[in-house]
Amino acid sequence: MAKNICTVAEQRNGELRKITYEVISEARRLADRTGGKVVTFLLGGPDIREKASALGAYGADEVRVAASDHLSTYTTDAYCQVLAAGVAKLDPAILLMGASVEGKDLSARLAAALGAGIAMDCTRFDLDDEFNLIATRPMYAGKVFAEVEFCGGGIQVATARPNVMTVTPPDDSRKALVEDLPVTLDPSALKTRVIEVMGDAAGKVDLTEAEIIVSGGRGMKDAENFHILENLASVLGATVGASRSAVDAGWRSHSDQVGQTGKTVTPNLYIACGISGSIQHLAGMSSSKVIVAVNKDPDAPIFQKADYGIVGDLFDYVPVLTEEFRKIKSE
Amino acid sequence: MKQVPDTETQIKINPDGTGIVADDIKWIMNPYDEFGVEEALRIKEKLGGTVTVISVGPKRATEAIRTALAMGADKGMLLVDEAFQNGDAYATAKALSEAIKNVPFDLIFCGQRAIDDDGASVGAALAHFLGIPQVSLVTKVEITDDGKALTAHRPIEGATLLIHSELPALLTAQKGLNEPRYASLPGIMKAKKKPLEEKTASDLGLDPSSVGSQGSRTRVRKLTPPPARKPGKIVQGETVQETSAALVRLLREEAKVV
Repeated sequence: MAKNICTVAEQRNGELRKITYEVISEARRLADRTGGKVVTFLLGGPDIREKASALGAYGADEVRVAASDHLSTYTTDAYCQVLAAGVAKLDPAILLMGASVEGKDLSARLAAALGAGIAMDCTRFDLDDEFNLIATRPMYAGKVFAEVEFCGGGIQVATARPNVMTVTPPDDSRKALVEDLPVTLDPSALKTRVIEVMGDAAGKVDLTEAEIIVSGGRGMKDAENFHILENLASVLGATVGASRSAVDAGWRSHSDQVGQTGKTVTPNLYIACGISGSIQHLAGMSSSKVIVAVNKDPDAPIFQKADYGIVGDLFDYVPVLTEEFRKIKSE
Repeated sequence: MKQVPDTETQIKINPDGTGIVADDIKWIMNPYDEFGVEEALRIKEKLGGTVTVISVGPKRATEAIRTALAMGADKGMLLVDEAFQNGDAYATAKALSEAIKNVPFDLIFCGQRAIDDDGASVGAALAHFLGIPQVSLVTKVEITDDGKALTAHRPIEGATLLIHSELPALLTAQKGLNEPRYASLPGIMKAKKKPLEEKTASDLGLDPSSVGSQGSRTRVRKLTPPPARKPGKIVQGETVQETSAALVRLLREEAKVV
């Protein structure tokens, strides 16, 4: 069965996350060339089974469901135990997962458990003439792209960067074969547990998954001024990011930082306000599909990467832009 | 701990696309590893114990280990051997796990990723080889009163998890965990006298073909520069209002992103 491709679905609180569909769609495209099947593993609490049938519409041929109270909330220990056994039994050519926070943690451990190599956080997948996976991934936060191949003939494990792979429009006539995966976990062998989920901001989209990001830098001058970016973000349904200098100044939290020592992002639209564009920042955001820069300094390096630039004071422009966006959004 | 090019570095690809041009690079301790070293020192200062810093790399990585020793770590170990070169996450974790098996430990810190290859995989693979649990991306760590477990904060998309883990365990450090100290002058002087062992594959009883490029499960075929972006345009108008309206129109009608 070495032509098959396995994927792992990602759920939180019983709801499937978008990355699940991105990964299945990409796996389908690859499997159509290898002639293999797409088999998706879905792990979760007792109610997760009802989510299984929907995965067929995106391209899964089979769904293996592991439903248990021990799997409602993700832990590396429990998920890795179940998946290592399940995937090894299928012995697929490729195991494809999402490079989300959870996916990175799980895939790295799972690859080691399977004795397999891993290509993390990829932006493109190809197959060579013998259907071996060629994974393209950014390194140095995007200053360089590497083409990675696998050696040794084992399972090829790779993760896809969120927001990069195109989701195939669901075809409801496609049905997946759903089977239960027996869960035999020894709870005493589980060494970690989640005690609490803190500050779960429902509806808040993380930078790594955001379709639109409005980001502020040193030009914001203080923490208080970020409210004008928050206003713009709320009109656009965007997430607010920050440059390293804004984070180091204490204006924004560490989790908001975009760049080489922060998050690498790939939104459809990145609006940089008062960000001059250090090499570290540019590395983290230059894979964005469309980049807009608003900066007073016409020589700021950010304009080298921007598709559209406004040379001017962000405090003059951002409020007016916010109103203009509001107008077209209400049309 | 890994020694990596400074974040200011302009990365140049060598002519045959197999690696980067290593001349003129300023090498630093991986910033995420620095958070790990700092946290280990803070735990030691509170609860006692010994901090050992282990790295795989060429001889120059000694400088990064000395930096950690100058910050206050007690011992260093560098796995340095032709055989360890160009290892992927699997092979590198394998070498590290063999070295660590001979060092008694309660807690291992790794950076959440190295800022050169951005692989984010060595920590998890190392934890697997050592048969211990891992908690990735931690921003806060507390050892429980009985000293047998820890609690850690782990940020995920839009929330933070409070995780309990038994010891021994492996944690990967994320920005926000702490503010690493600078090495003091007396610290730098003391570091020169601290033990820094060098180990080869045969010292660890490792078959050279099980580590480095030979023991790897992945290989970089080719490096390429990032895809070039189309030249952009500066949007201009007579007034702020006019310029803003023009930009919004372009984003809707030309770029089709809003």
